[in-house]
Amino acid sequence: MFLSENYRRSALEGLWHNNIVFSQNLALCPLLAVTGTATNGLGMGLATLVVITASNGLISLCRHLIPAEIRIPIFVLLIATLVTLVDFVMNAWAHEMYKVLGLFIALIVTNCALLGRAESFAYKQPVKESLWDGFMMGLGFTLVLVVLGAMREISASGTLFTNASLLLGESFKFLEITVIADYHGFLLMALPPGGFIMLAFIIVGKRMCDAALAKRNTPIQAVVMEE
Amino acid sequence: MKLTPAHREKIAAILAWLKRWLAPEHLATLRPKLEFQTGILAGFALLASVLLGFTNCSTQGSIQQRLDEDLKHSLAEVVPATLYDNDLLQDTIIVSSAQYNIGTADTLVYKAKKAGEVTAVAFKFTAPDGYSGAIDMIIGIDRNGNVLGVRVLSHKETPGLGDKIELAKSPWILSFNGFSLANLSPEKWAVKKDGGQFDQFAGATITPRKTLQATYRSLQLFKDKKEELLK
Repeated sequence: MFLSENYRRSALEGLWHNNIVFSQNLALCPLLAVTGTATNGLGMGLATLVVITASNGLISLCRHLIPAEIRIPIFVLLIATLVTLVDFVMNAWAHEMYKVLGLFIALIVTNCALLGRAESFAYKQPVKESLWDGFMMGLGFTLVLVVLGAMREISASGTLFTNASLLLGESFKFLEITVIADYHGFLLMALPPGGFIMLAFIIVGKRMCDAALAKRNTPIQAVVMEE
Repeated sequence: MKLTPAHREKIAAILAWLKRWLAPEHLATLRPKLEFQTGILAGFALLASVLLGFTNCSTQGSIQQRLDEDLKHSLAEVVPATLYDNDLLQDTIIVSSAQYNIGTADTLVYKAKKAGEVTAVAFKFTAPDGYSGAIDMIIGIDRNGNVLGVRVLSHKETPGLGDKIELAKSPWILSFNGFSLANLSPEKWAVKKDGGQFDQFAGATITPRKTLQATYRSLQLFKDKKEELLK
């Protein structure tokens, strides 16, 4: 197998079992704020993916230097610095992309999932594992953002991935689909309450999946008749 | 400068000391000490400030350049290149705009000149009362007071509904072109729902209404300051 058992488990944790949104219920502020469309969700997800991977790596690298008593201020300092650096550098050297993603970059500072992963994983684990954990957590977060964005977008305006070409370039124009033609729109879903409602559906769906899986995996126990 | 063996030895000694100091076991003995905690927090803060300061300095120039390019790009959207032969960014005038409610007390106006004569002006303005915050726009007006073009620069309107004021998402904003205070009466400078000339969007009336009203106010600014602007 390409990945060792540990890495595979860590990947599953990030994508499903311990997903930032599903299980940790973190990062709800950026989640609800940007998932009006699937494209925005994807943009926020990708930006977060990069920063959470970098912050996990950085904190893991410095973990022996950071005394437990003052770890939180140092995490906050490191994460805020990292986000600001990404913001500067992207603005200067990837300006077109910055115009689309810039809004999301600043919002990442408010994402407590970064602090959460720093505290519960990167502070205790070696660099490679932390990078992997950050990447998988970021990927899991991106998936939820895209799914939630897609569900809200379809129910609010009947389209999917509008303006994807602005974010990803002209070659991704094919992603832009009108799912329901001549749809009159359902404003509530584009507004924050719609985000809460759809999130509830998604979380219920995840729990139901888990329940179904658990049921299937429970071995049928032989009934031992006692005399 | 050549490295003498003595120098090499010194460097090796420093590296060895650093390696010992940074070893997890050694750091574990340091971590509970108050001096170390204070020092390391200060150290991280210093490192962060140096990094940020350095990055800020090295990117400032190119960020400013990108912003200028953006501004030039937006100006070119609202003032056709055939109308001027000067550098718009250099030929500016500041007019007082406090009573027009277009965001700022003073507005920087870019003058488009051909052969020394003002052919059009362009300036940024703001609808401070959008549905979810200010809507920043730019307008180009020819010397007779007709709209050459209006573009939205930034806004926080509802994605999928109010964001149709952006040209990237809907051609709606182009419907302003060619109108002026002279050829359209004040009551027609409104969305159809309010008895005016312009479409609103399904599900969003406030955004186009406020965009229009701010455009109307900026045309008034032009009309009132015409003398000064066309000089």
